[in-house]
Amino acid sequence: MNIFNMTIHELHTALKGKQISSVEATSAMLKRIEAVEPNVGSFITVTPEHALAAAGKADQLIAQGACELLTGIPLAIKDIFLTEGIRTTCGSRILHNFIPPYSATSWEKLCDCGAVLLGKLNQDEFAMGSSNESSAYGTTRNPWDTTCIPGGSSGGSAAAVAARQAIATLGTDTGGSIRQPASHCGCVGLKPTYGRVSRYGVIAYASSLDQVGPLTRDVADCAVMLGALAGHDPKDSTSVDTPVPDYSATLSQGVKGLRIGLPKEYFIDGLDPDVQKAMDAAIDTYRRLGAEFVDISLPHTDYAVATYYLIATAEASSNLARYDGVRFGHRAEADGLLEMYTKSRSEGFGSEVKRRIMLGTYALSSGYYDAYYVKAQKVRTLIMNDFISAFADVDVMLTPVAPTPAFKVGEKINDPLQMYLSDIFTIPVNLAGTCAMSIPAGFSAAGLPIGLQLIGKPFGEETVLQAGFAFEQATEWHTRKATI
Amino acid sequence: MEMTVTDVEYVARLARLELSLKEKELFAGQMGAILGYVEKLKELNTDGIVPTSHAVPMENSFREDIVFSPIGLEKALANAPDRAGSFFAVPKVIE
Repeated sequence: MNIFNMTIHELHTALKGKQISSVEATSAMLKRIEAVEPNVGSFITVTPEHALAAAGKADQLIAQGACELLTGIPLAIKDIFLTEGIRTTCGSRILHNFIPPYSATSWEKLCDCGAVLLGKLNQDEFAMGSSNESSAYGTTRNPWDTTCIPGGSSGGSAAAVAARQAIATLGTDTGGSIRQPASHCGCVGLKPTYGRVSRYGVIAYASSLDQVGPLTRDVADCAVMLGALAGHDPKDSTSVDTPVPDYSATLSQGVKGLRIGLPKEYFIDGLDPDVQKAMDAAIDTYRRLGAEFVDISLPHTDYAVATYYLIATAEASSNLARYDGVRFGHRAEADGLLEMYTKSRSEGFGSEVKRRIMLGTYALSSGYYDAYYVKAQKVRTLIMNDFISAFADVDVMLTPVAPTPAFKVGEKINDPLQMYLSDIFTIPVNLAGTCAMSIPAGFSAAGLPIGLQLIGKPFGEETVLQAGFAFEQATEWHTRKATI
Repeated sequence: MEMTVTDVEYVARLARLELSLKEKELFAGQMGAILGYVEKLKELNTDGIVPTSHAVPMENSFREDIVFSPIGLEKALANAPDRAGSFFAVPKVIE
């Protein structure tokens, strides 16, 4: 089998059995990246020297008999994670020259397990976008059809998994930015519960919503990655100090008797017929496996996108105030301080980022704060209460990830509102702060992947992974590969 | 909702952004459409609802008061667009 097609658990077995070294595996991945990158554009920075050095170290560990699940596994991470000594752009021109002085905890945790960094992945600028078209470093293409978007904002993270340029990747999810690209690229993507994974060293977009998570080829790999990432971090005061279960150990418990909720607001008339068909088939599969279905309602679903685009933009306008050209990043030539701020920001930020900063500034501005920002925070409470009530009766929820398969490059770029509405099924989960995973569940007539979303209770990742694993064992969608 | 070029200019000034006329016209239309869409929140009665600022209920989160090494001057200044000794240098602040 080609190394680049392997999962974490397959490559781990090969490394542990000394059939292959990490240096060989890493070299094979670097070759693969070189071969397909011109067609996909998943990476902003490839780091071959770092990768081979880390792989060499991993091989020493393996020779000493210390081969953990991630030891020597070549991974890539979204360019939103700070990596000490390696340029980190967050997809923005304003950080084109930024070399972080420290690393994100999540990435450090993977390094501590012996993982190998292949490079930094393309993304929408500051994670603002659903198509990767807002990156200042070119648009990543969908490996299943390069005229289509890969989804966003972790588009590079999903495309790299689908194009087999990395064994697994890291992304972030503020309104669907892991799950939507995972769905569009046919891979597994998990947004953990808010507080489950440290965000220290992750460039902030909307701090009350941002969360770190893995994108992988299958659910078993997802469990491995989450196990390595999860846990309290003293450097992130929003990370929660609750025990981390052994996600891999409980994967195969099955779904017999599991109560799965079907929120009626997610099965709307506008749903693409291929997506509807995939959901119907998935429901049949789960029934056959012994799960019970319950019709539920999340009555405030229709207000989630509006709520999100007030809260997220307000938080973004505040978080992005730090890019002023003083301490790091792009600085424009100017005669005075105010002019330097304004020019540096105007030259450094792209259109979507400017638009969101403007919206957020407006929502927080004098006279509008209560009508927009506080109102949205109150509606957020209603949306959270919807989930709390519904979860009193069910263990997980099953929904589509996106209303349509991947759309064409350029199709929605000039209509931001239409672009925002493509996140309608993923946004409520971030507002409620709970966890959800996208897993491959079929293909459209045009051959594009379709994902299904399993939404769990807060800190209910174990159940979500079990439900995903059971589906994966009963289907073969996740084994299909994009021909690229 | 109607958003004029003057409104856009006002918000841009607050956000420390400078926009071209073309951008201002584009943003006026797009922001107007988005703000028109969010008007739908007014349909909901939220009297007495407590706003949510954070999804996970948490009390103050403290860590042990232990001294650890700071990042160091050179590392902290390594990305400075301009520096003067151990400081970040910026253009003239006072005329």
